[in-house]
This record gives sequence, structure tokens and C-alpha cells, in this order.
Amino acid sequence: MSSWITEFITVLLSTLRDVAPIMGIIIFFQLVIIRRPFKQLKNLTIGMIYVVLGMTLFLVGLDKALFPLGTAMAEQLTSSDFINPSIDPSLGIVWQDYYWVYIFGACIGFATTLAEPSLIAVAIKAEQISGGNIKAWYLRLSVSAGVSFGIALGTFRIVTGTELYLYIIVGYIIVILQTTLSPKLIIGLAYDSGGVTTSTVTVPLVTALGIGLASTIPGRNPLLDGFGLIAFASLFPIIAVLAYAQVSTWIAHRAVLNNPKEGD
Amino acid sequence: MFSIKNKFIRQIFGSVVDLLPIFIVIFIFQVFILRQPIPNIADIAIGTIFIILGLTFFIQGLEKSLFPVGETMAYSFARKGSLFWLLTFAFSLGFGTTVAEPALIAVADEAARIAAEAGAIEQSELAIDDYAFGLRYTVAFSVGIAILIGVLRIIRGWPLQYLIIPGYIGVVAMTAFAPDTIIGIAYDSGGVTTGTVTVPLVTALGVGLSSAIAGRNPMIDGFGLIAIASLTPIIFVMAYGMFL
Repeated sequence: MSSWITEFITVLLSTLRDVAPIMGIIIFFQLVIIRRPFKQLKNLTIGMIYVVLGMTLFLVGLDKALFPLGTAMAEQLTSSDFINPSIDPSLGIVWQDYYWVYIFGACIGFATTLAEPSLIAVAIKAEQISGGNIKAWYLRLSVSAGVSFGIALGTFRIVTGTELYLYIIVGYIIVILQTTLSPKLIIGLAYDSGGVTTSTVTVPLVTALGIGLASTIPGRNPLLDGFGLIAFASLFPIIAVLAYAQVSTWIAHRAVLNNPKEGD
Repeated sequence: MFSIKNKFIRQIFGSVVDLLPIFIVIFIFQVFILRQPIPNIADIAIGTIFIILGLTFFIQGLEKSLFPVGETMAYSFARKGSLFWLLTFAFSLGFGTTVAEPALIAVADEAARIAAEAGAIEQSELAIDDYAFGLRYTVAFSVGIAILIGVLRIIRGWPLQYLIIPGYIGVVAMTAFAPDTIIGIAYDSGGVTTGTVTVPLVTALGVGLSSAIAGRNPMIDGFGLIAIASLTPIIFVMAYGMFL
């Protein structure tokens, strides 16, 4: 029990330290530059306490309940005992042997993104200002699908040892093509969803997976090849959200085109 | 009071739904694929309650503090009409929230060790610390610049893709020249810079500004700050690797 209390206090202090510069900047600009007292100071203070308390509880819980099991799992799934390569190692790596790694990467990428607090925040805001045209839940599902595909492909890249930049370049080209074809309203949101997917919940588990994988495969350097998964997890959500917008406008168009016929 | 309580309880249910997939994935892999028992069930149970309560409090606090603060500051700056102070605020917010980001500190230390092993810098404690420190401030500076450019873009009404697409082209072109050891780190640094407190605040700032300025649409112009803040670190970190 005492380990919980120590952990809680340590995390609370580090959260306060993270939030302090942000608070300092806001208070300085509000009082010295804008020169107006905060409106509804009581509400803001309660809200800030909720944010700090919430982040602390969230991080302590993750550290105690999820991360030990999740990272141990990532290590076990990538270890050669589990993968048990089917062919003589002298023939090289057979990427098919690692199928559980891809499946785990896809599942854990999807599940952790769905719980990512900063994505929840952006999705709430998007639903509010689009007047409900964008559903927070669908947006989060598309982003999660993008991360899921990104992590699976990223682990495949580590196994096969192909160059990171080739994937990134192809990904960027797809994003640019989609941008020219997508409704204007979605572009900013789609680009933003690339940046918000990778924080508190996703990064530790995905990093463990990448480093575990890069250290078990002969010829991979965990320090070099372990990186790059986060980049995949930031790129594919953009593609997924743009695709979501394209598909939903297409469905809306089709509904408009089909309706008159039904009326005949 | 009753309605507040109700909202809180609804939010708890929401948090449970948000977190359920992680537990399902972990459970299925542990029991059916790895065929092992679940260790420390008590710790997991208490930890789960912490996570659910934490997410619930965070989302409640978001709507009470981070969103309104970001939006009212955007309105105040728009009414004040001083571009200089708005841009100074934008830069400070980007720089100040990034420089202390724990994920960034971890990545910078890792990068310094890799650079030392690869022989790019001297393999001494001092050189490694210098390199990590320089990298951290480079990234923080690049995020400050990103928020500054992003705010300027909202004010001027430039389409976001005119900034992002040349940025991508810059990233691709620099990849060809940057040392191999820095590329993975550079790409990842774009993802680690936007923390859980920064994202809602910066989003509210963008949306608030684009609602306050006539002729801007919050949906088209309001988003994009985070996208720019995820792109500039990649460019700046590669530049750091090339010139150091």
C-alpha cells in the first residue's frame, strides 16, 4: 500500500512540475499583458485541480496496472522462444514468423489510441464546433484504425529491415493526394490527429514493442531500429481521417443521388 | 448538485468504455496467446480504478479550465489587437510547454547516447549532456516557432496545406542529407512534443482565435497548430544532426 502512496506523491509532483510553466505563462500574459483578472476564477481553479489530479491518477494507474503487463507482453511476444523461427536461421528472417507481433501491434495501437486523453480532447472540440457533424466517437475510431495499421506496418518494417524514409515518403505522397481530394473542413483536423495520437498511453507500450523487436532480430540495432514506430503512428491517422471524410461525403452524395429515384 | 453528480457518473461510464479495449487486448493475449495467468490481480484492479477516475477527472477539468482558458485568452488578444504580444504568447506557450516535457527529455538523452556511440560526438559525459541539452532546446524552440507560425496563419487565413506540404517536402529532402543515426529520432520527436495539457490548450487557442477574427471559420482555420508543431521538430532535429 505504501508503494502506492509514494508513487502517487512522486507522480503528483512531476505532474505539477510539468504544468507549472504552462500556468506561469498563462498567468503572466493574463495579468501583465492583457491586464484583466480571470473570469470565474473559482471554476478555473477547480478545473485545474481536476486536470492535475486526473493526470496523476491516470499515470499512477497506468504504471501500476497496465505498463508492467503490457511491456512484459511486448517482450515475450518478440522473444525468439515465442516466435520459434520455423526455418534454419542461416537462411535469414522469415517475416511471416512474426505474425503475432503484427496482430498485437495492431490491437494494442488501436486500443491505446482510443484511451488517449489528448485525442479525446480534440475530438470533443471538433464535435462542438462542427455542430455535431463530426462525431467525436467516429473520429476517434478512424484515428485508432490509422494508428493500428501504422504500428502493424512499423513492426513489419523492423522485421524486414527496410528503410524508414521509404515508408514515410510514400505516406506523405498519399496524404498530399488525399488533401487535394478531401473536403476543406476536415484538413486541419486530420493533420492535427497525427500529432495527438502519440502520448501518455501509446508511447510506452509501442516503444517497448519496437525495442523488444529490434533487440531480438539479428542484425537490427535496438537504438536505431527501435525508433520510428511513433512516426508511423503519427502518419497513418492523417490518412485514416482524410479517408473517413472522403467516404462520408461519398455516402452523403450517393444518398442525395439515389433519393430522387426512390421518389418516382 | 444532482445534475453534477449525474454528469460525473455518465463520464465514469464513458471512461470505462474508452479503456475497455486495452484490457480486452491485454487479457486475450495473456490468457489465450501467451497462455499465462494474470499476475498481481490486486494491483491491476486498484490501478484500473485509478485510470478510470483519472480519465474522468481529466475530462471534467478540461471543460472547466483548459478549454475556457485557451478560448478566453484568444478572445482577449483578438480584442487587444496587438499582434506582437499575441505572437510572443504563442511562442512562449510552445517553447515553455515543450522544454520541460518528460518524453522529450528521455528522447534527447537517448539520442545523445546514440550520437556518442556512432562517433558523431565525443564519448564523454560532458559532450553527451551538451548534445542532449542542445537537442532539447532545439526542439522546444522549433515548437515555439511552430505555434507562432500557426497563429499567424490563422490571422492571415492561409490554407494549412500551403504550410504542411512544403514542410513534408522539406522533411523528405533533408532525410537524404541527414546522418542515419538522427533520422528515426527526428521522426519520433515530432510525435512526442505535444503533451496532454498542451494539446487541449493549443486547440482551444486556435479555435478561439478563428472564432474571434471575422472571416475565419473555426473548422477550417482553427485546427492545424498541433500539425505544425509536429512537423517543425522533425526539420529542426535533422538540421541539428547535420550541422553538429
